[in-house]
Amino acid sequence: MTAKEISAKTNGKIAVDSDFDAKEFYVGDFLSRVMGKAPADSAWITVMSNVNVAGVAVLAEIKIIVLCEGVTPSEQLIDRCKEQQIAVVTTDLGAYECCRLLS
Amino acid sequence: MGDSIKLRYDVNGEDFVTCGQASEDVKRTLKGIGIPSATIRRVSIAMYEGEINMVIHGGGGVAEVEIFEDRITIVLKDTGKGIADIEKAMQEGYSTATEDIRELGFGAGMGLPNMKKYSDEFAIESKVGQGTTVTMTINFQEDA
Ligand SMILES: Nc1ncnc2c1ncn2[C@@H]1O[C@H](COP(=O)(O)OP(=O)(O)OP(=O)(O)O)[C@@H](O)[C@H]1O
Ligand SMILES: [Mg+2]
Repeated sequence: MTAKEISAKTNGKIAVDSDFDAKEFYVGDFLSRVMGKAPADSAWITVMSNVNVAGVAVLAEIKIIVLCEGVTPSEQLIDRCKEQQIAVVTTDLGAYECCRLLS
Repeated sequence: MGDSIKLRYDVNGEDFVTCGQASEDVKRTLKGIGIPSATIRRVSIAMYEGEINMVIHGGGGVAEVEIFEDRITIVLKDTGKGIADIEKAMQEGYSTATEDIRELGFGAGMGLPNMKKYSDEFAIESKVGQGTTVTMTINFQEDA
């Protein structure tokens, strides 16, 4: 699923776009859990929005970040994701509703 | 052939924002010499967890990396408060991270277990009041 498709399904907005087509998903907020469990090339659904989220995505090779519950990404996060070609989608939906609509 | 690549980074104990730069630089270096991406991912995560621990718990320190033909060794050394009970610290879910740190998304108590899981050799030495040294080796052939 691409950032555009995720955004359309969750009534979201694209903060950073890419054409990457994620085949797997992971949900979670504790960064070490994400690094231990999220598959490479996945889309990651979270409420964490600080710049470390970009670091985790880069190093764990996560390609799309889906920020739910209406959290606003920090400017640093957006900059880092642009630089690293990691897509960012924001949605007002909660993680459960977001996952339900993406399944 | 034969010669190793040696890299050295100062890890600033105050800075959560730039934390991860050493790991990202190592990642780029490994990519540049054609290491398989699954191996790079293991190295990146193990080193980033270590870097973060140096910042959050160890007050910063030095990361020394040596890349050989068949493996990488990462030595993370801080002169922070040290770990009283290493066995406990290695347990999944054990964390002394403060509420402030948890708000940043750290403190699940999964960092050390991840480092162990993603490395082929893992050693940790620590003395309370003196500091902690983590040494990890990751072999290149395994995922090739
Ligand atoms: N370099 C260090 N110096 C001092 N204490 C450390 C160091 N590294 C780890 N510890 C101790 O070991 C505990 C467990 O570390 P671990 O990395 O597994 O979890 P965490 O850092 O608390 O959370 P997470 O890594 O999941 O974000 C820490 O909470 C801390 O008490
Ligand atoms: Mg940790």
